[in-house]
Amino acid sequence: MATEAAIINVVARTSLWLQPHRIVLILIALGLVLAAAFFMRWDWLPQYYEMGLIGIWRSLWILAVTCVLGFLLAVPLGLAQATGSFWFAAPAKVFCTVIRGTPLLIQLWLLYYGLGSLFPQYPWIRESWMWPYLRQAWPYGVLALTLSFAGYEGEVMRGAFAGVPKGQLEAARAFGMSRWKAFRRIWLPQAIYRALPTLTGETVLQLKSTPLVATISVIDIFAVSSKVRQDTYLTYEPLLLLALIYMTITGILVFAFSRIEARIPNKVG
Amino acid sequence: MTAADASNSGATLIDAFLSASTAGIIELLSPNPPGWGGALLVGLLHSIEIALGATCLGLLIGTGGAYGKLYGGPVVRDLLAVYTTIVRAVPELVLILLLYYAGTDLINQALTAMGYQRVDISGLAAGIAVLGFVQGAYSTEVIRGAILAIPQGQIEAARAYGMSPGLLLRRITLPAMLPFAIPGLANLWLIATKDTALLAVVGFYELALATRQAAGVTKAYFTFFFAAAVLYLLLSLFSNLIIGRVEAWSRRGMPSLKEAR
Repeated sequence: MATEAAIINVVARTSLWLQPHRIVLILIALGLVLAAAFFMRWDWLPQYYEMGLIGIWRSLWILAVTCVLGFLLAVPLGLAQATGSFWFAAPAKVFCTVIRGTPLLIQLWLLYYGLGSLFPQYPWIRESWMWPYLRQAWPYGVLALTLSFAGYEGEVMRGAFAGVPKGQLEAARAFGMSRWKAFRRIWLPQAIYRALPTLTGETVLQLKSTPLVATISVIDIFAVSSKVRQDTYLTYEPLLLLALIYMTITGILVFAFSRIEARIPNKVG
Repeated sequence: MTAADASNSGATLIDAFLSASTAGIIELLSPNPPGWGGALLVGLLHSIEIALGATCLGLLIGTGGAYGKLYGGPVVRDLLAVYTTIVRAVPELVLILLLYYAGTDLINQALTAMGYQRVDISGLAAGIAVLGFVQGAYSTEVIRGAILAIPQGQIEAARAYGMSPGLLLRRITLPAMLPFAIPGLANLWLIATKDTALLAVVGFYELALATRQAAGVTKAYFTFFFAAAVLYLLLSLFSNLIIGRVEAWSRRGMPSLKEAR
């Protein structure tokens, strides 16, 4: 009985969603896609297929690494601003303001071209174990994106930490939890619950920032599409496919985060 | 080379670099032609022009879009949903490239089809149009939320007074939604100022490209990118100052945020 009701429910919802004008719109969209498939040139696809997959993989990898590292950095930044003494709060505040007040492209170029042009002047850097990494582009890209994510998310975490009711922390202390345990078991999880809805948006924004690393010669999916454009002299096809790829990744991210959010009890605080 | 020698040569290098830079930086950044400060300031001016134009265009699109989403027919609503979803899901860099090429191409094709000469579209107009289109999607959502936050009774009362839709928009909806919209719109303005840097990728002369040229010619990469970062930061901080004033003005007569909480 329950499944029958569920099926009727689903049918009712789809029929509500599939109104006549929507069917017409979907047909027009399908027509546009078919026209793009038949009248545009796609013969370059087999040749660049593998390169594209590697590019997508690299973009996703950069996204994952910078989001995780950035979030780990954002927790102390938020905590310092929410409760720290002036000497902790002020530098964190300045960091967040500077990161949020300047374009990511300039931060990226400052690190890659600016620092990258200063490093070779110092022999001790050239002789150190880091030099093979410092000569490549990707560490600068990962560093810039990580700092950027930390700057934006640090501000969110400040609000999240400040938003956890004092009574919760007092109760934890009254139970005899140490400061560290109260932080680990009560304060941090509740702050993360609060920050989660904005985390979806920040992650999507971060995904949309990853193509900037192509400007410092990291071969992500954006750089692959630029290479296709240079090789084949096509303007639209690679860009349209690129837009489709980014939309798909965004869709998957939003869906995954909504699943995670649904698992978290929404009675917080 | 012993360790002492290495550290010694390192120290002399740092000394040489510092003395060269303190004298050199001022010369490099001076506003007159041997220095590149003037070029940077012209770039900053172009960036501000584009950001202002794009924000204004975005506000127009956003107001229209919000009205369409709230009061439009089903087809208009769906088309606007497609517009805001696609624009917000695709990186700005990709959108700028697509719209820049597609837009200039379409206009020229339309002109040649109508028997006119092809025109060179100015970078300023193209930049404003492209960024404005992107900003429009975000402002649509901000303004839609702000209009929904107005107590419905106010709009109903205005309708009961027999106000025409235009008068209702001008006298009631726009002023009443402003305090709810300003934080979001202020954020969009800051994003617009930073997004102008992306136009450097399509070769438009603004602060980021000016900086890149200056750095490329003089090889003083760190100095120039640092200077550009400072200019952008000053622009953001100055904007924050103005936004605070505007927000206080738009909330006049309302309880302050601290009391309302």
